[in-house]
Amino acid sequence: MRFSSLLKVALKALFRNRMRTFLSVLGIVIGVAAVITMVAMGEGSKKSIREQMTSMGTNALTITPNSSRRGPVQLDAASSTETLEEADLFYLKEHATWIKDVSPLVSANAQAVVGNNNWPVSLSGVSQDYLEIRNYQIEDGVMFDDQLDRMAKVCVIGKTVEKNLFAGTKAIGKSIRYKNIPLKVIGVLKEKGAGGFGQDQDDVILAPYRTVMRRMNATNEIRTIYANSIGEGYAAEATEEVLALLKERRHWTKPTEPFRVRTQEEMIEMMTSTSELLSVVLTAIAGISLLVGGIGIMNIMYVSVTERTREIGLRMAIGARGKDVLYQFLLESVMISLLGGLVGIFFGLIASKLVQEILSWPMSVSFTSIVVSFGVCFATGVFFGWYPAKKASRLDPVEALRFE
Amino acid sequence: MMKLSEPQIILSVQSLFRSFQMGEEVVHALKGVSFDVCAGEFVTIMGTSGSGKTTLLNILGGMDKPSSGGYVLDGVSVDTLKRDDLAKIRNQKIGFVFQSYNLLARTSAVENVELPLLYNSKIPVKERRERAVEALKMVGLESRLDHKPNQLSGGQQQRVAIARALVNDPVVILADEATGNLDTRTSYEIMHLFQNLNHQGKTIVFVTHEPDISAFAKRTITFRDGLLQKDVYNQSVQSAQEALRNLPPTDAYAEMSQ
Repeated sequence: MRFSSLLKVALKALFRNRMRTFLSVLGIVIGVAAVITMVAMGEGSKKSIREQMTSMGTNALTITPNSSRRGPVQLDAASSTETLEEADLFYLKEHATWIKDVSPLVSANAQAVVGNNNWPVSLSGVSQDYLEIRNYQIEDGVMFDDQLDRMAKVCVIGKTVEKNLFAGTKAIGKSIRYKNIPLKVIGVLKEKGAGGFGQDQDDVILAPYRTVMRRMNATNEIRTIYANSIGEGYAAEATEEVLALLKERRHWTKPTEPFRVRTQEEMIEMMTSTSELLSVVLTAIAGISLLVGGIGIMNIMYVSVTERTREIGLRMAIGARGKDVLYQFLLESVMISLLGGLVGIFFGLIASKLVQEILSWPMSVSFTSIVVSFGVCFATGVFFGWYPAKKASRLDPVEALRFE
Repeated sequence: MMKLSEPQIILSVQSLFRSFQMGEEVVHALKGVSFDVCAGEFVTIMGTSGSGKTTLLNILGGMDKPSSGGYVLDGVSVDTLKRDDLAKIRNQKIGFVFQSYNLLARTSAVENVELPLLYNSKIPVKERRERAVEALKMVGLESRLDHKPNQLSGGQQQRVAIARALVNDPVVILADEATGNLDTRTSYEIMHLFQNLNHQGKTIVFVTHEPDISAFAKRTITFRDGLLQKDVYNQSVQSAQEALRNLPPTDAYAEMSQ
């Protein structure tokens, strides 16, 4: 039988049972639309996390003391015996070849006060390289200088801080009181938006790290050092070198690693792993609804084959081969599923748009997910149509014609 | 009338056996049947129900296979063919007419008639339609091309079925109680059509259990208990047209039945 005739026969059969066809198609539509929306949700959140992490600096390395063991007790990083020191900073600056910028991060926590306004913000003690590492830019004023402002009472503030403490007036030249120490604002950072952890990257006050260490915290301990590899893709080399240099300076001989380096790539993986799990679960649930849709097709094809037993018998009596009957029914189920797929993709796109607009969830509809769902639809049609179609094709014409 | 001077055998069965397993029991439907049918013959096969005539027709139609015995149709040994080849034989050499018409519902007359050609991929779409219209003309339904079965009377539906049996230009038309669902007048009209087709050279094998129907055929084979009981050539073939004329008018019919 020609394919065009086959197509016509299948179309006619589907059109004859409009309501039934519509309902079977609907099952697939819902399944496909759900899969597309769920995948878009998962991909979207992953993508947005990745984007935010990238805005924090792509080549950044975070160096922290590694957790160490004392006897059988695993201690967390904060109680590690090894701490980073200012000397490490200079040592890395001097000897490292795979990294170009190094900055400590020393934090102090208090309210920042200006006149009657106050604002809870963490004070970050950093060196001037910090801007480069974290992709900050100065919008107004200047950044403090490592040499000239060693322990100077100056600071550079983010837009959020400026907004909350200075209420629209210019901040440059004015002072912020932090832990009762006045810090003169010498620069304002360009706005950056939310970071990968959801925090506001503009809600910062940067001050020379010595100022924070000595004047605020009264300690020499550095919890974190940020560094910047010389370019994208050198994270592994940079990591190895940093660890080696830090051990070298300490003449480290123990088999344990005293420090730990996290690359931005690792951070991204850490951040996305939860959302990945969520999206897998959601997609699986959506997939189940597609499966149920497929079972709907199978059910309706069974009913159709039984109902049309005499028709099948007649077609066979006038010369239809088993193959012809098989293809006829298979084509019907494939057409149901493909139609469902097309409409489902359409509704999936609309649903994705709605989720994005109404729930302001970041959505990312990928071309792959569309192609894959369409393919899955085709497979669903063939898979669930196969058995009923096979049953039809194996009917005995004599008995089929006698069927009541 | 066909010239029978050089009769060409179109259908030949040799010691045909067919038995069915019905639970524990084995039912012998055919117990060794042999006969030939020549081109241009009009044969009726008579017999009570259970005599094996339907089983024979199924085998003749290539829808069933004999347990043993030979069947040659138009030079092809049908009994040895595989499923798909049987379908091809049914499609190209046989025209079926059933008791219950078996037309596709909600499908127009002309599309119903086209159906056998659909399964013959050698025939182009355009020719399909032309041949279907031609076949409907032969059964006198050229004005009902687009009528659906539910818009046609029983006789008209059977005419469509006959057109469907004619459309592939078969070597033999097999009819299974083709008048069984029709009243006398319509039956005679259908027999008249069959006689006309036979006059045009069509070979017809017609299964019936009504003796008055077999009177319209040139030859009657009678079956009993799976065996060929009688095979007689009808000396005085009745004309269905005449029989129609002799029927009381339709109104009188209605009065009589009251």
